[in-house]
Amino acid sequence: MTAPAMHESGSAATDPEPILSARNLVKHFPIRSTGLVRRQVGVVHAVCDVSFDLGPGETLGLVGESGCGKSTTARLVLNLIEATSGQVFYNGTDLTALSAKKMRELRRDLQIVFQDPYASLDPRMPVNEIVAEPLRIHGRYDDAGKTQVRDLLRTVGLKPEHGNRFPHEFSGGQRQRIGVARALALRPKVLVLDEPVSALDVSIQAGVLNLLDELQSELGLSYLFVSHDLSVVRHTADRIAVMYLGRIVETGTASELFEGPAHPYTQALISAIPLPDPRKQRARERITVVGDVPSPADPPSGCRFRTRCPKFAAELSDAERSRCVEEVPELVDRGQGHPAACHYAERKVLI
Amino acid sequence: MTEDLLATSKNGAATDVVLEVSDLTVGFPSDDGLVQAVRGVSYGLRRSEVLGIVGESGSGKSVTSLAVMGLLPGNAKVSGSVRFRGKELLGAPEAELNKVRGRNVAMIFQDPMTSLNPVYSVGFQVAEAVRAHHAVSKAAALDRAAELLELVRIPNPRQRLDNYPHEMSGGMRQRVVIAIAMANNPEVIIADEPTTALDVTVQAQIMESLQLAQQETGAAMVLITHDLGVIAGQADRVMVMYAGKLVEVGTAEDVFYTPRMPYTFGLLGSLPRLDRPSERLTPIQGAPPSVVNMPPGCPFTPRCPLSVAVCEEVEPALAPTTGPEHLAACHRSDALIGATPGDVFETDVVDTEALAHFVTETEGQA
Repeated sequence: MTAPAMHESGSAATDPEPILSARNLVKHFPIRSTGLVRRQVGVVHAVCDVSFDLGPGETLGLVGESGCGKSTTARLVLNLIEATSGQVFYNGTDLTALSAKKMRELRRDLQIVFQDPYASLDPRMPVNEIVAEPLRIHGRYDDAGKTQVRDLLRTVGLKPEHGNRFPHEFSGGQRQRIGVARALALRPKVLVLDEPVSALDVSIQAGVLNLLDELQSELGLSYLFVSHDLSVVRHTADRIAVMYLGRIVETGTASELFEGPAHPYTQALISAIPLPDPRKQRARERITVVGDVPSPADPPSGCRFRTRCPKFAAELSDAERSRCVEEVPELVDRGQGHPAACHYAERKVLI
Repeated sequence: MTEDLLATSKNGAATDVVLEVSDLTVGFPSDDGLVQAVRGVSYGLRRSEVLGIVGESGSGKSVTSLAVMGLLPGNAKVSGSVRFRGKELLGAPEAELNKVRGRNVAMIFQDPMTSLNPVYSVGFQVAEAVRAHHAVSKAAALDRAAELLELVRIPNPRQRLDNYPHEMSGGMRQRVVIAIAMANNPEVIIADEPTTALDVTVQAQIMESLQLAQQETGAAMVLITHDLGVIAGQADRVMVMYAGKLVEVGTAEDVFYTPRMPYTFGLLGSLPRLDRPSERLTPIQGAPPSVVNMPPGCPFTPRCPLSVAVCEEVEPALAPTTGPEHLAACHRSDALIGATPGDVFETDVVDTEALAHFVTETEGQA
């Protein structure tokens, strides 16, 4: 990746043409009262004004803690849930405006791998059938179907002889490979990976990550990689977007973000991940945040991170703070080389 | 800590050892045979040290500590010895154990959602832990509870005493659990995956509270986790478990910088790292063995790239490697000297031929 001063939020990307782009995505979920008449009593601001571009053959990492809206964003991008407002463009087509029939055709190009390999495979279907299902649905399962499925299983590193077995006969890592094979069956261009390795042990996780790596370089796939694990994201992603309470707070290439995080939240996240290296880990500067993530039903005004922000609490004057309370910080480059949504963004070296 | 350090241990050399586990073996009978969850684990926990136990799911790390606390279900077959300051805990009557549990040895469980009772206020639950071992009034116990909550950095501890667990976030609840563990100034705290269920920023806060709790009480801590990063930051000594056995023991630096067991080696190589651009990861092929009816030999053999004939026949014992305190259970540990994970483990996981075939087909369709 080049172009340090990339694109501002909302504007089109530079070269090359993005294959998938999200523009000002918003998703609100209603909160309803209990009782017979389920009146709407509030709204969960799950995703607020999220925009990004995904280039061909590129991996965009979407990171954040639970409840930050990263999975919702992934589902919005695939049009699996309807956006409250905003658009998603795939090769120039606006997915949010498509009819269900047209959308189904496009789903061949846009596939998803789910987090939990124990819940995402039908326990009563043999693996061959699981992998063949998308082919059947899209009318592509013909005489060569059987060989196609065998090839798919081999491609993801499974033995085709095991195709008659059921999901429970496989380990977590193998199941996740089945999920990948199913996603690949229709030869998609874009894969949304929703926490694909977080349910796996590290020694197994590495195998799946290597597989995804290899598939991408051979097939030229684009990945939207959703994860809460910054180490995994650093390993796989070319570019990263950090989310907090429904908003992207910082984006940049993997190296920009890790070598000079500018948003206090990104800094806290990076500093919270323990390094598997005793000397380095014990010598690190720690930036800790206080408290928990506020409820997305009632997000703080202005900057949503201000209630936990160490900078807001310790470094800023009252006059400076009032800006954080009143004004939503825009996601723009304030001289750090990449966009960060903080009025007082400042690069820090933490690793 | 100013308390009397005259240990009652008969073992003269180990007066500093508060908790001594020797040859601990745990089995669970099942329809398929005996599940050997823990096989001959021995260690000594020294005063105010942090001992990390690391291993993947199913390696027996949690069962080991449940056995130490005498918390295993009745059908478990436990043998060996667990001595707290020389006093045998294994097989001790329940009344005896209740005097030790919570008072001398406290435990922090993984899931703060289930380790607190939902129908009692947190103040009651912390006070209950105090009153279980001290004859104090309810009011005094509640005062102590507020103090403890403040220690683990819960804001407005007085008001929080009346909260029920469901009114608190996961991080807050885990702090309450830590407060309960600290309530009686235990000499040993066993923390079983204390941060696994939590988000990273909260994880960092909890680790801080835990460190604080340990310093405040001067307790020794057994820290069980699958997260090598947490171990690297906290543990003085590290034990790596695999298939119910200790396979490597040493100081944190020994284990992280000069691992001498291929399993540890592969585990370190399979970790994506935050502190450097991506390198090829080294997954360990295969899956951990079933611990039912284990075959002879080293349990890691089927996944080990260095295995030779002897590995299948003789199970290696822990033996000194780089130093007398750094032990590894491997016949081939010398082969790891100066090697990198990439040299030892294969990084290719894909059937390259099948992949190439798949690529040409995809192109044909496009």
